[in-house]
Amino acid sequence: MKLIFEKSQPGRRGLAVPKPDLPVPELPPEHRRSAPPRLPEVAEPEVLRHFTELSTRNFGIDTGFYPLGSCTMKYNPRINERLVGLPGFAGLHPLVEDDAAQGALELEWDLQEILRELTGLDAVSLQPAAGSQGELTGLMLFHAYFDDRGEGDVRRKVVIPDTAHGTNPASVTMAGYELTPVKTDARGNIDLDDLRGKVDGGTAGLMLTNPSTLGLFDENIEEIASTFHGAGALMYYDGANLNAVCGISRPGDMGFDVVHFNLHKTFSQPHGGGGPGGGPIAVRASLEPYLPVPVVARKGSTFRLDYDRPKTIGRVRAFSGPFGVFVRAYAFMRSYGPALREMSEVAVLNANYLLARLRDAYDVPFDRLCMHEFVLSARSLKREHGITAFDVAKRLMDYGFHPPTVYFPLVVPEALMIEPTETEAKETLDAFVEAMLAIVREASESPELLRGAPHDRPVRRLDEVRAAREPVLRHRFDVTDAAPRESVGATQDDEREIA
Amino acid sequence: MAAGESYPDELSYHPEHDWARFEGDEAVLGVTWYAQDSLGELVHYEPPDEGTSVAKDESYGEVESVKAVSDLISPLSGEVVEVNQKVVDAPETVNDDPYGEGWLIRIRMTNPAEREQLLDAAAYRKLLEEG
Amino acid sequence: MSYLSLTDADREAMLSAIGVGSIEELFRDVPEGVRLRRELELPPALSEAELQRHLGELAARNVDDDVCFLGAGIYDHHVPAVVDAILQRGELLTAYTPYQPEMSQGVLQAIFEYQTAICELTGMDVSNASGYDGTTVAADACYVAKHATGRLRIVVTEATNPQVRQVVKTYAPGFGLEVVEIPHEDGVTDPDRVREAAGDAAAVLFQHPNFFGCLEPAVELAAAANDSGALPVAHVDLVSLGVLEPPGAYGCALAIGEGQSAGNAMSYGGPHYGFLASREDLVRRLPGRIVGETVDVEGERGYVLALQTREQHIRREKATSNITTNQTLLALAGLVHLSLLGPQGLRELGETCLALAAYAKTRLVDAGLELAFPEQHTFKEFAVRTGRDAREALKAARADGIYAGYPLGRDYPGLGDALLVAVTERRTVAEIDRLAEALGS
Repeated sequence: MKLIFEKSQPGRRGLAVPKPDLPVPELPPEHRRSAPPRLPEVAEPEVLRHFTELSTRNFGIDTGFYPLGSCTMKYNPRINERLVGLPGFAGLHPLVEDDAAQGALELEWDLQEILRELTGLDAVSLQPAAGSQGELTGLMLFHAYFDDRGEGDVRRKVVIPDTAHGTNPASVTMAGYELTPVKTDARGNIDLDDLRGKVDGGTAGLMLTNPSTLGLFDENIEEIASTFHGAGALMYYDGANLNAVCGISRPGDMGFDVVHFNLHKTFSQPHGGGGPGGGPIAVRASLEPYLPVPVVARKGSTFRLDYDRPKTIGRVRAFSGPFGVFVRAYAFMRSYGPALREMSEVAVLNANYLLARLRDAYDVPFDRLCMHEFVLSARSLKREHGITAFDVAKRLMDYGFHPPTVYFPLVVPEALMIEPTETEAKETLDAFVEAMLAIVREASESPELLRGAPHDRPVRRLDEVRAAREPVLRHRFDVTDAAPRESVGATQDDEREIA
Repeated sequence: MAAGESYPDELSYHPEHDWARFEGDEAVLGVTWYAQDSLGELVHYEPPDEGTSVAKDESYGEVESVKAVSDLISPLSGEVVEVNQKVVDAPETVNDDPYGEGWLIRIRMTNPAEREQLLDAAAYRKLLEEG
Repeated sequence: MSYLSLTDADREAMLSAIGVGSIEELFRDVPEGVRLRRELELPPALSEAELQRHLGELAARNVDDDVCFLGAGIYDHHVPAVVDAILQRGELLTAYTPYQPEMSQGVLQAIFEYQTAICELTGMDVSNASGYDGTTVAADACYVAKHATGRLRIVVTEATNPQVRQVVKTYAPGFGLEVVEIPHEDGVTDPDRVREAAGDAAAVLFQHPNFFGCLEPAVELAAAANDSGALPVAHVDLVSLGVLEPPGAYGCALAIGEGQSAGNAMSYGGPHYGFLASREDLVRRLPGRIVGETVDVEGERGYVLALQTREQHIRREKATSNITTNQTLLALAGLVHLSLLGPQGLRELGETCLALAAYAKTRLVDAGLELAFPEQHTFKEFAVRTGRDAREALKAARADGIYAGYPLGRDYPGLGDALLVAVTERRTVAEIDRLAEALGS
């Protein structure tokens, strides 16, 4: 398919701009653009057609089952899109005085109250733009808390389990802390023996997802909390897996002091091909003074943004945060009401059902019930047939499913991390099971089908080595042989043999 | 077209999957067949600068495949006298010939006694079997 | 609950397949001491119609219909209808990060096109797939500069957006960086002052046009940085780059900014997108996703996430950033808008803003107000002294249905009487006349 730049013809325009009958002031020559940018020259119908065609080469939750572990690919309610577009939200400038934004501020306040209840914690900041930013903000709160107590110089270490998502160690480095890794035991819990020697007066805290990326709830969470709190350290909860425990167990009750949410996971903000997201944080009262500024404050029925926060860590993002994401998350929560627990119950039921039906055909590293996700290993397939998790993932595409997460967490070889979410029908789950079982049969009977997969997508397997060796990271206007072999009209799928 | 698995007897080995070949008071360093096989096809080599020091058991650079990054652990301490530009330009050379054309750096040893602490080929093979 | 498909029969069959008697048993690994044994105390559930009513009431309590001369980083530009249509395509809206490229050629190609557009606009060699917003990309740029130069100081102009500076200062301690500010002089920055401070700086960050809407001596500022071995980082406005010379043309190492002006509604501050582009030699230090071109096994061109070894999921504690989720959909909106405009349209958009802003300046001066920085060239924004506390002037104008601008007093000493007035292509001559009348009285 051509790039939009390859569809450009000089003289075409896709949008007329108002041109008032006024003189245009001349810019000084050193500021004046000398060579125009090579943006595409395309008329409106072709722009719409181009991006529509791009969308047909993409797979979303709207298209089909998308069981990416730790991503919580649940249905994105369409009413939320209508609500975000209301003129009173879409057309509101973030710097209007507070009296002109009472509806927006009340929504933020109400959202905060819901997040407090879900965590059992005391105060919230909606400002962080994504989970990773929530993590970094949380670690900055650790710094502020310990600096205020004169312990900032000694508490340098953050403990992270080997199952942690890569953002956790990356955040630790960005926050200027040192990483202390801790192992996972045979039941999938943090290894308490390994932990014991690693928590002391030099520890700032723990970063943990619970349930973990293995989909397992840490059975020793209470002992872990008292170990860290006993050493004067703090506990940070990575909320990526919150879909498993809403209304079941609150992170504050587990002992966590700071929690981030992923509004684009648990609370239905659409992923948009990679973002936007929202990563608000909830904290215990002892950390409240350090929250990012501004804070949403309430006096009676009036709301305002409070900038008078002498102990704040500062601002982490512009304005009060990604407001459109708040609208969607709030609407999603209001559509459940107090029955939000059902969301988690069904998420956990769906995951356990898949696990029960797949555990004999694949390797299961931990002999436990799972929570909202679980990890299988394709190591037997690799050993017996040379078929890897990668091959399984690519073949699932031919069956019309998006693959699960592969090769993560790192502690499981040939890992397949599967999270169905609560919005899937039983028929879909059954169809996925059938595909996964068919792939096991194909591994022994016709492995070449797997190694050549996918057969039925707009492209076949892509050469990632070449992309890394000779990076081409933008369209090269001067290279004329870069355009693909173009089939007129229908997409290239028609020309492929469906295996 | 990667090489077949081998661990030449004339080399010395470090448990982090690096090898050394001694030439007088200099040593040539690289990564073993096992290392390049685990990483997959290499796409990038980040070498140290010539003239800088390397320390035994410490990282002196990195190699990358598409999906992984690996520190290069030095089996010996010394000063870098030469970097293999061929591998910088074509990292896949390490996959094709990890012990020959795929050498990574040449150092002048500052503590030759360290060579006693390295493994011979038999001991390294044993380590791989057990690991 | 209409988002859930399972029937009672389904649940029974599934529990039976699992080998448990109830859903409660599935949670047996959760210790009793941390179980919540009451219902969540949350406001009642609302059906879709009730949701629409409730959110509609909240939206109606916001005042979005004053004529908007408010800018200061977020602007009331027209968002074309085609942008909305594309963003509602479910295959794009509801897709995840394109880790499985064969499922995601739509998003990957769109990001590749976006990266190309950003490079063309900024004159740089490589762009990432977006950062969170115009403030966090400044922090990103500081991190890149630290690792590229080994230096620990950041020089930033006071005429850079206050929120950008605040975010840089929040991130700096964790990065081990010191931040030094260069005061503005008559609304712009003196390159000699920058040169004095840049000696051991990792980067010099300046905004152009700056927060006051003034054109900085950008060429000299970049030179002052380069001469001192610091990376020049220009924070720019995409909508200005059809008429203004881009950072790549005057020696910048990085070009960053807030992308909202291209393709995004104001939406009370977000979500929007930050853009970040750099010289070729910095590519391995860039944070965030980058899409690259390749071929498949049949030689067909395709796109994949490239140089992933920079990122957190591979490099973990040594990653160039912890960023994972970014702002892809909003950046895609920007790409669609820019594709509709083309180079001619973008130039005309810039010219319209220039023309209307110049008209506004004239009318306000005629009405008896003083420009705060009359000697400076400006783009689509300028600071005007109202002759009283700017917040009073603002209040008076609001009574006439005009939101006159941003009071500068909260961020800049000595400018308590000044309003920052933004004029986009959505403003008309009649609206500007009303503004002059409202402020002149």
